[in-house]
Amino acid sequence: MNIYSQINSNKLKTWVIISLFIAFITTVVYVYGKSLGYGLSYAGIALIISGVMSFISYYYSDKIILGMSGAKLIKKSDNPELFRVVENLCIGAGLPMPKIYVIDDSAPNAFATGRDPKHAIVCVTTGILDKLNKTELEGVIAHELSHIKNFDIRVMSVVTILVGLVALLADMFMRSMWYGGSRKSRESNNSQSIFLFIGIILAILSPLIATIIQLAISRKREFLADASGALLTRYPEGLASALAKIAKDKEPLEAANNATAHLYIENPFKGKISGSWFANLFNTHPPIEERIKILRSM
Amino acid sequence: MNINLILIFVIVLLVLFAWFTYNSLATGKVRIKEALSGIDVQLKRRVDLVPNLIQTVKGYAKHEKQLLENVTKARSSLMNASTTQQKASSDNMLSSALKSLIAISESYPDLKASKNFLQLQEELSDIEAKIAYARQFYNTNVGAYNSTLVNFPGSIIGSMFGYKSEDFFETTDAERKNVKVSF
Repeated sequence: MNIYSQINSNKLKTWVIISLFIAFITTVVYVYGKSLGYGLSYAGIALIISGVMSFISYYYSDKIILGMSGAKLIKKSDNPELFRVVENLCIGAGLPMPKIYVIDDSAPNAFATGRDPKHAIVCVTTGILDKLNKTELEGVIAHELSHIKNFDIRVMSVVTILVGLVALLADMFMRSMWYGGSRKSRESNNSQSIFLFIGIILAILSPLIATIIQLAISRKREFLADASGALLTRYPEGLASALAKIAKDKEPLEAANNATAHLYIENPFKGKISGSWFANLFNTHPPIEERIKILRSM
Repeated sequence: MNINLILIFVIVLLVLFAWFTYNSLATGKVRIKEALSGIDVQLKRRVDLVPNLIQTVKGYAKHEKQLLENVTKARSSLMNASTTQQKASSDNMLSSALKSLIAISESYPDLKASKNFLQLQEELSDIEAKIAYARQFYNTNVGAYNSTLVNFPGSIIGSMFGYKSEDFFETTDAERKNVKVSF
């Protein structure tokens, strides 16, 4: 598959993911509504809400994500060197210039977001600017620009918001069980208790399932972005040594949370390394050693 | 009846195949043109910068007539270049002429220390990097287009509609040797 068909498949994937999520959320809310004794109308409302949320996530996900991570927009005069690196690589990739944001955090990391190359954002931490040299920084920026060019940013940003929504709904359901208990309803207690049972299971499982889907998508995109980033700089060693430096740095990024972790160039939590398949299921990123090994063999 | 149906199906399939190939060639051509205009933007920036640079150098190093002339010559040949090949070779000429112009600043401490000169030098190396990336993007597009054109079925569709392979933005060895700058 060449890079252009990758882009097309990514655009298609966004729509598939959005529709699947709408269906998923509607089902989940239907079950929640049933089990709490609300009527069918709640499923309809859920459908509308998730539709609106998907719309919002498509157009505003970048702003939400930037707000969550406390990033600040910078001008060319603030960091001409960084701007030059981005400008040059954009010319090489044939992309319009993205907006550049900086997070004031000494942990080295970076991410890209937006809905298409014309509305793209590259965000770096002050830590990555301090700790990497120019060729390493070029490697990192090329990786992020590849995410933009491949439309990964659209897929991942939309997924971020929708996964967050599922988690929120499950949370709301559990809370309303504690506080509201089961409302008086005309339905028989028997069918309600079945729905209550399914509802609890769904509330536990749905954020988990949503997360596993999100992470599986995320890991695939990282390898592709590494490869096309290396193609852009023609110097895989730059990104490889940048990744090695980032991996060595044990400081976690405070601005990152569970919803945004997969956006970054490398897992911002610096969690323990574990080899079991179950732990790997929950990794936002492929193992960094593997990424470096592949880059160095290019 | 059945055979007719199969025949129609095969013809439709062939037409669709030809259509897609034709489209990918046409798109490739547009991408190449776009990439070339990307190079032109950067070349123009450099061409615009040169008079400024010459003025600055003249102020400190009047005797380097030959060098300054080389730069001016390369600049005007780049401005008049029309084909990709011409652009590539005169760009190379300008690059090396500028390189030697920058190099003589070593023997003129006042020039080297001049704030104006330093700024121009920085801008020049920035443009140089940008030209390199713009070239790379152009060549990537040309490579993709050319490989569609030599592979089946692009080779057939291409020759049917008169598509020819495009030149890479680079100079031939003979042209490279022509660029000699004396100090």
